[in-house]
Amino acid sequence: MSWITGVGLLPFGRHEGKNTIDLMSEAAALALDDAGLKRGDIDGVLTGYATTMPHIMLATVFCEHFGLSPAYAHGLQVGGATGFAMAMLAHELVAAGRLKHVLVVAGENRLSAPGGRDKVVETLAQVGHPVHEVPLGPTIPAYYGLVANRYMHEHGVSEADLAELAVLMRTNAATHPGAQFREPITVADVLASKPIARPLKLLDCCATADGAAAFVVSRERTGEAAVRIIGAGQAHTHQHISEAPSLTEFGARLSMDRAIAASGRRLATTGADYLAIYDSFTITLAILLEELGLAPRGQSCRMAREGYFSRTGTKPLNTHGGLMSYGHCGVAGALAHLVETQLQMTGRAGNRQVADAGLAFLHGDGGVMSSHVSLIMERQA
Amino acid sequence: MSDMIRYQRCTPCRHVWYFVRSFCPKCGAREPQALEASGSGVVHAVTIVERAPTPDMKALAPYTLVMVDADEGFRLMAHGTPGLAIGDRVSGSVIELAGRPIPFFKRA
Repeated sequence: MSWITGVGLLPFGRHEGKNTIDLMSEAAALALDDAGLKRGDIDGVLTGYATTMPHIMLATVFCEHFGLSPAYAHGLQVGGATGFAMAMLAHELVAAGRLKHVLVVAGENRLSAPGGRDKVVETLAQVGHPVHEVPLGPTIPAYYGLVANRYMHEHGVSEADLAELAVLMRTNAATHPGAQFREPITVADVLASKPIARPLKLLDCCATADGAAAFVVSRERTGEAAVRIIGAGQAHTHQHISEAPSLTEFGARLSMDRAIAASGRRLATTGADYLAIYDSFTITLAILLEELGLAPRGQSCRMAREGYFSRTGTKPLNTHGGLMSYGHCGVAGALAHLVETQLQMTGRAGNRQVADAGLAFLHGDGGVMSSHVSLIMERQA
Repeated sequence: MSDMIRYQRCTPCRHVWYFVRSFCPKCGAREPQALEASGSGVVHAVTIVERAPTPDMKALAPYTLVMVDADEGFRLMAHGTPGLAIGDRVSGSVIELAGRPIPFFKRA
């Protein structure tokens, strides 16, 4: 068992003049304060990677700067799944009795670093195969554009359907002061936005941001917060979309089944009070919702339109606005989903508060639906 | 310039694949056969890249990327002629594009 004893999240958007370590330090300080812990209490540190600061020892660089000398520290890389993978590892280390308080922290000046969005697009395209894919000039949206084209073909989903998920994330972001994009949008706006990799358009895509997030995973509670991780699982089916076993069936269900098995409980995603699901693109969110059993195949967008995934709906989802509208600054992008989950489960989400978040299911993917990590969080009764 | 698309086949287990390796990723057997494909296949997925990643590719945008299921049983990513759609029968070969060898498909 492990507890999420403190969380910290910066506004996402532009943080001019700040680098990865600056941003990570700000989020880490917030998380420590929230947990009521001092630097000396932290005996484990996990970081991800930063495209704007490639370093072979990011965790140690951070620890030195922030003023930590933990018994255990390292970085970890599984693309977009890194955030939840760090949470899973922190949980396992704490549950095994190895560590008392693990600080998980990530941040990146992805938007304001030299090169800006152009550099980000070029750098991230490198998740493709260096010989058989990257020379063709694909981008991350192109890999997902291929997936979207096939998924829409097989399940009768339209571009207007997918747009519903972008609209929902923007509606949610409008209520969060830290979100990068808060102006309401319509399905027509999404359809009219600049084409990026058809069928995906600008508003189907996550937003490049600067930002950071952090949380502390502890063996014992440190205060009022009584939210714990009760299960975690992973699945890795491929790296490159060319070698994916399928363009319409991925590892999400397998990963979540393992998380449920690890909980030792008879749980189903349909029992969730709150959902935190990776939304790098509208198509990512649609596929993950459907694969995780939260909507029948091809129906997630219709259900979103009908309010099922809205804050006041049956299954509130990414109430902070997700990667599409709160913003995406790399590893911290998914950490924001977890921070928001903890705030909802502790009744601290203010005007975004959902009715009752006792049980939450979280899921992230990295690469092109390649690496999957699932978490289950529960509030102690 | 035009060349055949190549793939590999495992002699013991008959598995076929596209990403070049010195062993079979399924059974581990060494020294797989290197074969030339017919170039015939079916379009599995399509995207049109409007936002290219690099200056040299921006000169070509928009361009059509396809996933093709080759008749020999492997799948590959390639460039294709505009207008290709899922299910189209295509034929392809390796051509030079932006100064590098690129598999390219057109409607058969």
